[in-house]
Amino acid sequence: MGDTFRDEELLADVICRLIGDVRHVAVGAQSPIPATAALLAQARGGGSPYVSLLGSRAHTFFTDGARELFDCAGQGRVDVFFLSGGQIDSEGNINLVSVGDYAHPKARFPGSFGSAYLYYVVPKVILFRTEHSRRTLVPKVDFVSAPGGSPGNVYRSGGPIGLVTNRCLFDFDRARRRFRLASVHPGHGVAEVIDNTGFDFDRPTHVPVTPAPSAETLALLRTTVAPMLAEVYPEFVKRVFNVPAPSP
Amino acid sequence: MPLIAQSLDEALAPIAGGRLLAVPRESSGVAMAATRALIRRGIKRLHLVTLPTSSLQADLLIGAGCIETLETSAVSLGEFGPAPRFVAAILSGAIKMRDATCPALHAQLQAAEKGVPFMPLRGLLGSDVLAHRPDWKTIDNPFGNNDPIVLLPALTPDVALFHAPMADRAGNVFIGTQRELVVMAHAAQRTIVTVEKIHDGDLLRDPRLAAGTLAGFYVEAIAVSPRGAWPLPLPDHYGIDAAHMAEYARLAATPEGFAQYLDRYVYEKRAA
Repeated sequence: MGDTFRDEELLADVICRLIGDVRHVAVGAQSPIPATAALLAQARGGGSPYVSLLGSRAHTFFTDGARELFDCAGQGRVDVFFLSGGQIDSEGNINLVSVGDYAHPKARFPGSFGSAYLYYVVPKVILFRTEHSRRTLVPKVDFVSAPGGSPGNVYRSGGPIGLVTNRCLFDFDRARRRFRLASVHPGHGVAEVIDNTGFDFDRPTHVPVTPAPSAETLALLRTTVAPMLAEVYPEFVKRVFNVPAPSP
Repeated sequence: MPLIAQSLDEALAPIAGGRLLAVPRESSGVAMAATRALIRRGIKRLHLVTLPTSSLQADLLIGAGCIETLETSAVSLGEFGPAPRFVAAILSGAIKMRDATCPALHAQLQAAEKGVPFMPLRGLLGSDVLAHRPDWKTIDNPFGNNDPIVLLPALTPDVALFHAPMADRAGNVFIGTQRELVVMAHAAQRTIVTVEKIHDGDLLRDPRLAAGTLAGFYVEAIAVSPRGAWPLPLPDHYGIDAAHMAEYARLAATPEGFAQYLDRYVYEKRAA
């Protein structure tokens, strides 16, 4: 192929593969790359899976207001969701709230959004964090917005399946509550991943390179997906795909 | 009958300092012209509840010193970055923060809507969101066996405030598919709505419109405020003013810049 691609296109392709064959993918706030991946999955699947983009009128079937997503998820009708974190730790705990002591924080993030609920009830939660550094991937989060795992008596039909960063893809082993390096993105290396990760993780002797997006995928992203994204993420599509924002 | 007010200030009169005010998320119809009017009035000590998140509206009210307590799942300017005055107020301890999670706020308002004292919610166990909310309680599911579940108390706003496309002369308000606005209005003691325009005719007569209508029964006052959500979007009517949001993010990064923003867009320019 030899086509050049942007990081965002590679990450959307990786996330699209993790989505797999499911019925309903929901995307929350401030998640342009997962939204790209969800619409890519739908474009590849000829309209399947259902995709619900928070904040979209065109890409949602919800008619019962903002709570419908959560009611849907509570029943197990959302198969895939995406979460990020100002900090993510070795056990898959995510922090969307603050750094330092909660009462006197050193830094403040927007807040937990729906994570303290959706992380528990959506079967496949894909973690994504484009800044892969020791600042973001830490041994232990300062605030648990939502835990990576729960004791046996806690109702939990969902949780993390993996973590996508700008450098690599980790799988998550729920039983052991540990990440395992699954592949390293083109142009990045295992030593670099170790250097930039604040926690311990498992890795195979031979770590594969993440496959680059195919020419067909890139074409689909640029011609079909990007214009659909512009409704919710105009600044993102302008920057990544050079598609002009719709007029207000 | 709801009051069809002659001015924003007349409609907003019931929102006094110290009240529990509920407002919707950015994409559902935020009463921004009304928010600027509240700031001009110098309102103080509000307990702001956002359903379930907020952006410019919470940041402006916090920066202008109107908020004592904030109950929210998140405050951010989305694609335009962090909410600068929110972050500054948390770091300096200027406001009391009650961190929540989106479905918890929906459930708490639904409890108030139903007139029941609490609503159970899955998730939350083992989260520090729960650990910092002494008002939320964990019980063992009385219908289960060793099945802990969290109970959230009903939340009854003194006032719900939002912006919608239109209202008729009987005070029925068209909200379309933004059904969380209905839940807010049902839960609140009083609901104040700004609208783009008055609709000639009865919204409840036409079943296609009635399904997306909040009955005037639940509404205290309405004020006409064309482009009343600006610079935020009104679904199906207009989008976000990206240039303005970028300007806000730049100015609000410092207290001086924020003061300039207030002078330019809140105090100087009278609400449309």
